[in-house]
Amino acid sequence: MNLDPATVMAIIAMAFATYATRISGFIIGPYLPEQGRLKQALDAVPAAVLTAVIAPTLFNSPAELFAAVVTAIAARRLPALGAIAVGVCAVLLGRQFLGHW
Amino acid sequence: MSMSSVLRDVRLGVIGILPIALAAVPFGLLLGSEAVRRGLSPAEISLMSMIVFAGSAQFLTVSIWSHPAPWAALALAAFLINLRHVLMSASLSPKLKHFRSSQKALVAFLLADEIWALNERRAMIHQITPGFYFGTALGLYVIWLAATIAGTVLGETLPAPETIGFDFVFAALFISLVTGFAKTWRALPVVISSLAASLLFKSVFGGTGFIVAGGLAGMIAAALLPPEQKEAP
Repeated sequence: MNLDPATVMAIIAMAFATYATRISGFIIGPYLPEQGRLKQALDAVPAAVLTAVIAPTLFNSPAELFAAVVTAIAARRLPALGAIAVGVCAVLLGRQFLGHW
Repeated sequence: MSMSSVLRDVRLGVIGILPIALAAVPFGLLLGSEAVRRGLSPAEISLMSMIVFAGSAQFLTVSIWSHPAPWAALALAAFLINLRHVLMSASLSPKLKHFRSSQKALVAFLLADEIWALNERRAMIHQITPGFYFGTALGLYVIWLAATIAGTVLGETLPAPETIGFDFVFAALFISLVTGFAKTWRALPVVISSLAASLLFKSVFGGTGFIVAGGLAGMIAAALLPPEQKEAP
């Protein structure tokens, strides 16, 4: 067991920083409205945040954009695991046959 | 709630997260091997996977790690990358009203992206139970930690994820989840605003703030839509 005090200290600080972001929504949760504009905004969080997370990946290369479109179409008909498998095959094909931007 | 129905929900959660957790294995391996290359010991990176449990923040901080560790800078980096969890936990909060406070405290500790996304998806069709939530979290937690430890041992013998298309797994997972959340036309302005704002923010400022920028842009677009009409069946 090899633990450096400064490294352990940094890891603990990272854990607190991460926990702060994850508990905050539960602390403000009871004060959030159950209808109106702010409720509409909160309902959009899943689609909005997931889209933002993957946005840069989609435009990395033509292969990724191609695979993203293929995955979105596949996801309409297949369960998540099937859509992922189709997407990974599409990105490998794309990298073989489509160039860079 | 009876013991057997709790166990049934735990099993449902574990089964639900399993494909996603297996997709995380190559990244856990990569994290472990990268950490050793950057001078962290196997015990230290395992501790990080145990108490931070946030893949993207771990990757970024390990890539900028130095010795002695600049704890304030690393914690700030983790905080900024994880700011999206403020939005995620606020969105999940009303769906967990029936959880006890102590359970919510543990829910927050385990709120990795994949856990959050899968439980939001579950909430669309069924009330989230503690058994289901902690089942999903348990599955990812154990596999993430095991993959991290294995990565410290296997090190440079590992193939790069992009050579086998594995780097696209999370993008593909999130795309299929977005298509699940985007069921009506009302999702279109949300997705387009988020896409545009996150790309613009990233090209102008770089860094990791683009996730929150895109998330907020999508939320603003949703708030500006006319109120949802209750349609006759």
